[in-house]
Amino acid sequence: MLIAVLSGFILAAFAPWLARSVGDKAGWMLSLLPAGLFVYFLGFIPAVIEDGALVIHYTWIPGLDISLNFLVDGLSLLFALLISGIGTFIIIYAGGYLHGHPHLPRFYAIMFGFMASMIGLVLSDNLITLFVFWELTSITSYLLIGFDHENKHARWCALQGLLVTVAGGLALLAGLVMIGLAAGSFELSEILADGDVLREYPLYTAMVLLVLAGCFTKSAQVPFHFWLPNAMAAPTPVSAFLHSATMVKAGVYLLARLNPGLGGTDLWLYGLGIVGALTMFTGSFMALRSTGIKAVLAYTTVMALGTLTMLIGIGTELAITAAMTFLLAHALYKASLFMLAGALDHETGTKDILEMGGLRRLMPITFVTACVAALSLAGLPPLFGFIAKELMFEASLQAPGIAFFATVLAVASAIMIVAMAAVFATRPFLGDLKKTPKHPHEAPLSMLIGPVTLAALGLLFGVAAFIPAAAIVGSSVAAVYGAPVEVELYLWHGINLPLMLSILAVVAGVVLYRQWDRVLAMFERMTFIDRFGPERGYEHVMRGLDWIAAWQTGVLQNGYLRNYLTTIVLSTVVVTGWTFFFRADGAISLEDETGFTFYELGVAALVVMGAVVASVTSSRLGAVATLGMVGFGIALIYVLFSAPDLGITQIMVETLTVILLVLVLYRLPDFLNLSNPVVRMRDAAVAVSLGGLMTVLILAVNGVTVNDPISDQLVAWSVPEAHGRNIVNVILVDFRALDTLGEIFVVGLAAAGVYAMIRFRAEDKQK
Amino acid sequence: MTTMGSLILRTASRFLLPLLLLFSVFMLLRGHDEPGGGFIAGLVAATGFALYLFAFDAGRTRELMWADPRVLFGLGLLAATLAGVPPILVGEPFFTAMWWPIEVPGLGEIKLSTPLVFDIGVYLVVLGGVMTIVLALAEAEE
Repeated sequence: MLIAVLSGFILAAFAPWLARSVGDKAGWMLSLLPAGLFVYFLGFIPAVIEDGALVIHYTWIPGLDISLNFLVDGLSLLFALLISGIGTFIIIYAGGYLHGHPHLPRFYAIMFGFMASMIGLVLSDNLITLFVFWELTSITSYLLIGFDHENKHARWCALQGLLVTVAGGLALLAGLVMIGLAAGSFELSEILADGDVLREYPLYTAMVLLVLAGCFTKSAQVPFHFWLPNAMAAPTPVSAFLHSATMVKAGVYLLARLNPGLGGTDLWLYGLGIVGALTMFTGSFMALRSTGIKAVLAYTTVMALGTLTMLIGIGTELAITAAMTFLLAHALYKASLFMLAGALDHETGTKDILEMGGLRRLMPITFVTACVAALSLAGLPPLFGFIAKELMFEASLQAPGIAFFATVLAVASAIMIVAMAAVFATRPFLGDLKKTPKHPHEAPLSMLIGPVTLAALGLLFGVAAFIPAAAIVGSSVAAVYGAPVEVELYLWHGINLPLMLSILAVVAGVVLYRQWDRVLAMFERMTFIDRFGPERGYEHVMRGLDWIAAWQTGVLQNGYLRNYLTTIVLSTVVVTGWTFFFRADGAISLEDETGFTFYELGVAALVVMGAVVASVTSSRLGAVATLGMVGFGIALIYVLFSAPDLGITQIMVETLTVILLVLVLYRLPDFLNLSNPVVRMRDAAVAVSLGGLMTVLILAVNGVTVNDPISDQLVAWSVPEAHGRNIVNVILVDFRALDTLGEIFVVGLAAAGVYAMIRFRAEDKQK
Repeated sequence: MTTMGSLILRTASRFLLPLLLLFSVFMLLRGHDEPGGGFIAGLVAATGFALYLFAFDAGRTRELMWADPRVLFGLGLLAATLAGVPPILVGEPFFTAMWWPIEVPGLGEIKLSTPLVFDIGVYLVVLGGVMTIVLALAEAEE
């Protein structure tokens, strides 16, 4: 299992090389991995039907209780099958769609990374592991959306998607940690076994809201839906994958996954139900307004995500069954439609539906497949989409509390979706042949095999609905519902209210389709929708962030060393001093401070004199020399108190300081006294406050008695454990090697920083 | 900076630099038992090169060093980090010290160990870091 999850990452590393050396047919070859995974996951079906869930253990970071456990139950298996199965076709398809693209090898690498993250996400049993994979999907999808990185708009869209989903991801992390603390375990299989623990947790509301923030941003729920259509900037294979089975479904997956633990409360019902229903309606409405072939599909995805969220929120047995059926149906037809849209765009050279027409003779296979997939989207018999839609209506009608609201929005959405499905399936193909930028002909096999297979599956599952019901839908419903559920799917439910609603939706949808041009013209005038959408909110937030960043940089990074020093010193004095005097007792003891020898006092006097002279002298060389006196005096003190290592280091540092000063001395401005007495008094006060605080602190430290100081242990261990008699060095390179590593990285960083500063200045001057 | 050094300084630095470098290696290797160690040794070596820099110029100093100082501190960071890796291979936590004492005829026992590699890394970082700054300052003048 570990190999299955990680194989995508491994192949991601080799894919570019493979793609370059194999050339044209790389897509077919690379697709063997997801195809193999698909078969591998199929093999789990009997076990899952038998036992419900399997947990496969691997330890990862035992110290932090983070494991690489994988949970295989109906839900994760359904997702894993969709990801690997659709992934197979997407990889083949990409080989055709991006044929000859210079960055195709890179594309494969990111795509496999993304696919592997997604598989890891749905199979993780540990919440933290799940989160790691969750964020990996955000990052890889960022790279995929911004794949056309020389296009500014693509970069902007990618960044928008990343910021929205990662912001939600942070909230999610907090939510997941709370779940883990509440349940006392980070393993989903243990948490979900007893959901009441979570529901009775005092911070239940905050926990749910945080989790929802993560899921809603990821799955593009209102008001965060705006990033998803912009993700269309990605190449079509990516859109097809992102929208059908992966990325945006991750949020839905997590909602479904946590349903047994968090669901069943009013907050869950109304939060998910209302937001989901609104998203469903918004998606359908925006789809109706769009003419871009991918934009239409993107908004229908928003619709589907809203529907799924709403159904999970309703949470009845029926609703969960509807959700899982809808999920499967949507994945099949959406992947198919997207790939067809890509084929149309690839062959005609335009993305606008209004510019296409009469393609039925030139692209007959595309046309037939589009009809089948669109019928499933519209929810007409005998397609699988019809069963899903019937169930959805039925679940909405029986929804506790929000039945009326949900049903009205569901029917309204269905009407608009029927219209758009009809537009998609007929506009590009019927009528007169329109002149397009490219001369169209049927797409290559690599670009047809995916959509044709998936559309055919949609038809097969509709006619023989017992196959998916028995194989996977039943066990996934049980996983989401938290208890075994009898699932039987039929095309024909008899004449009942859901069927009536379906007929109403189809009839009204066809009417709307006939009037679509007029509707479009009407929407043209309604530009205010764009002006007040949540996307404007995103832009305002981003502009605000820029403004705050510029403002605080101006205030904090003002470029004056004296201000930096004052800031650092005063914060130290205030924070440390406050802690010392008000939170600790602030007591100092002078009992042990007796018995100085005359030479100790002599050195101390030299140091003090040097410091005083350095601060009042009017010559720079004098200041350097007296500071040197302070430094060497301190080195002497180290030597007197038997710390030869410190002494030597201090002497070396003093020497190098002098060398550096010599090098920069000529470049410094004149040594003038420009500050007025008031400023000087202020600076003196700041300096004295720090010196005074340090003195008091050191005296206080001396008065603290530690029962069993660690230094004794270090001394005792030094020779037997670390084979060294110089304890300072043993601590540096052995006992606290990690600290030293951090310190030398700082040394390296400082050197690189100084180098860059000096070099860039020199280059600027040359210009 | 190019013509700053006096004849005496030039002559002296030619002899002092090898001595200082030798001394720095001595400080580095004895550091585990006596005062010394990578940090001090790196500073001593850097002082030696700085002396040479004052006697001659940045270009000559650069030629004399085995590699660009930036490469040195990079190598040092790499060595110090890698010194923590071997224990992982035998299932111990990162940076657990490992010792391989060997007998060398005539020299006695030499204690090869991961802390030694780490200390050499520290030495290179300090030497490379200081010389990066010093050389950059000296060259900026030219």
